Amino acid sequence: MRWLLVAIIAVCNTLGDVLNTAGMKRQGEVEDLRPRSFVAMVKRILRNPLVLGGFAALAVSFFALLSLLSISSVSFAVPATAISYLLETLLAKYILGEDVRLRRWAAATLVALGVVMLSF
Amino acid sequence: MQATSLKPLKGMKFRQGHARKTQILVLVVIFTNVLGNVSLSHGMHQVGRIVSASPLDYLRAFANPWTALGICVLVVWMLSDLALLSRADLSFVLPVTASAYVLVAIGGHFILHDHISWERWTGIAFITLGAILAEETPDRTTNGSPERRL
Repeated sequence: MRWLLVAIIAVCNTLGDVLNTAGMKRQGEVEDLRPRSFVAMVKRILRNPLVLGGFAALAVSFFALLSLLSISSVSFAVPATAISYLLETLLAKYILGEDVRLRRWAAATLVALGVVMLSF
Repeated sequence: MQATSLKPLKGMKFRQGHARKTQILVLVVIFTNVLGNVSLSHGMHQVGRIVSASPLDYLRAFANPWTALGICVLVVWMLSDLALLSRADLSFVLPVTASAYVLVAIGGHFILHDHISWERWTGIAFITLGAILAEETPDRTTNGSPERRL
């Protein structure tokens, strides 16, 4: 049961972040950090199918995380997301078209390894 | 003449202002992530075991004040994360905001007196190094929308 929840969290987290990034880039930059800009951002999100799809995937991941937290310690929940760092970097390069070079691969790999080490 | 000579300066000022706002968003994302998850984790441990498909069981969990506070803070985290993703690459945002894990571990050590083993110190060093490496890359490498690919 635990490993099924771990897999659901990793896949849905990755899907959610990639859809949200694509949707937010399509929507345009949040130019300033005033509350009014955030209200405008939320209004546009309600008509943005990519971000709404991202929310759905993250909601599934969130409920799986709640279940996992209720049956195991937070240290068991943390490595579940480690794999999604590498998967998301891969999709950022090939689906979102980001310029992912050695430095960003090294950063993602170090973070994934670090998250695993932290769970010991 | 004057306008021409001021133009590059104005561009630089704009880029600096843009980068600063992105950095502020990064900090908000990191701190709300830490506060939200710590509060939520504390609340869920008070609520007890839930492995259920029924939304009612989760609603019961939301009645716990720590869980409710955690969810409120995580809503702020979500909004600031989305604003950050509108301005920066996903492959930049992920390693940089992973500093949240380091804050949780260090906070646990100094506030709750958690023991940090050498493996966990190594993890903290790896994540910090990863965040620094990503921070040194440009925050955005794409132009406009990636919708052609989707």
